[in-house]
Amino acid sequence: MVPFAGWDMPAQYQGVIPEHLAVRGHAGLFDVSHMGQLEVRGAGAIPFVQRMLSNDIDRIEAGRAQYTLLLDERGCPIDDLIAYRFADDHVLLVVNASRVQADHDWLAAHLPGDAELEDLSDGIAMLALQGPAALGLVELPELPPFGFVDAEVCGVRAIVARTGYTGEPGVELMAAAEKVGPLWDAIVAAGAAPVGLGARDTLRLEVCYPLYGNDLDDAHTALEAGLGWVCALDRKDFVGADALRAQKEAGGHDRLVALRVEGRGIPRQGMPMRPAGEVTSGTMSPSLGIGIGMGYVPADMAAEGTEIEIDARGRPVAARVAAKPLYVKERRE
Amino acid sequence: MSDESYPEELRYHEAHDWVRVEGDTATFGITWYAQDTLGEVVFYSPPEVGATVTKNADYGELESTKAVSPLIAPLSGEVVEVNAALDGNESTVNDDPYGEGWLVKVRLSDPGEVDGLMSAGAYRELLESL
Repeated sequence: MVPFAGWDMPAQYQGVIPEHLAVRGHAGLFDVSHMGQLEVRGAGAIPFVQRMLSNDIDRIEAGRAQYTLLLDERGCPIDDLIAYRFADDHVLLVVNASRVQADHDWLAAHLPGDAELEDLSDGIAMLALQGPAALGLVELPELPPFGFVDAEVCGVRAIVARTGYTGEPGVELMAAAEKVGPLWDAIVAAGAAPVGLGARDTLRLEVCYPLYGNDLDDAHTALEAGLGWVCALDRKDFVGADALRAQKEAGGHDRLVALRVEGRGIPRQGMPMRPAGEVTSGTMSPSLGIGIGMGYVPADMAAEGTEIEIDARGRPVAARVAAKPLYVKERRE
Repeated sequence: MSDESYPEELRYHEAHDWVRVEGDTATFGITWYAQDTLGEVVFYSPPEVGATVTKNADYGELESTKAVSPLIAPLSGEVVEVNAALDGNESTVNDDPYGEGWLVKVRLSDPGEVDGLMSAGAYRELLESL
């Protein structure tokens, strides 16, 4: 167990590599109960969320979720999160464990009189069932990607959402904290491999999903992080939008790129890059068998194929800027 | 993963290296305890053939899914061979730490240093005290 944001978290069960391969090859189950849940309710809920979050929640209907950002005035992420639209007066924000307090404080400071904000994190446990076999392992409601519904799974009432952080098909399940033990046991009994935080990190990095605290921080804007696609700059106004519009207009900003090691070596967070830049995430990719990573580089180094040298504790490691995602599943017949 | 063992015919260093001495040459590796503590090995940064290694000094690095660990030389000498078969098969260090998972072969500059290493029994006692 490793401490993370006040939680004791399972880093691994069998080992990072077998767990990773179980998710890519069959199905794995993660305990992600550390994730936070902030609920926004009231007649002003949607206008408030529209003002505070970068993506346009009016592009989804009730029963759909959306990846989005909470930005500061400079356009830098306070957090990245999934917004679940329950109704026109009810939105649930699923946020990073380490950011619950920061998110809550920022939202509370901007809260209008016709909306209420409540932190439900302590009462809600969350599991992620992910992998090519994930949707057939136990009886689940049929949902489109990013759809969600209140349902019963293995006899436990849960919010079932077609979301995840691995690049595989799957669902995330939110249930009352005291009910989640039996749900975990039932899904493992049905054949899902228990998977820890170690493999969660290697899986998300292969598909270039950013991690707050590594790839996202308050020193880089959403555009620099490559998340302009979740910023509805042309459709609405929101906190941070002006800064992003100005940066987009000016161009030439740093970019978060994907990195592929050419020979041997493993990029790790904090390693300097030459001629410029710094690694924000890195690992040995269990699927690809090579070192991979992400990092911020100046605009003139951001083109795919650009040669970069990573300083791995004094040893030079040759890498190239690569297309995102780094791992693409082979198309099956 | 292999089962815990500490072969009697090997000598041990407190940094959890094992040594197999054959004439004036020694093979180095890490013990079952070391690989178990380190976890799944994913990268090995070996010294160059011809490099000098010095007892108790770093001679390379092993990186696992959990941590990076320097390799401490149990004896002094010149590297005559590195285990190239580990490149891309680093988990061999976990699966067979005393066999195919060996790390380097060294021509010893001072074979008398071997006397300062532990027997399997003494190393087991060290582990029990940890």
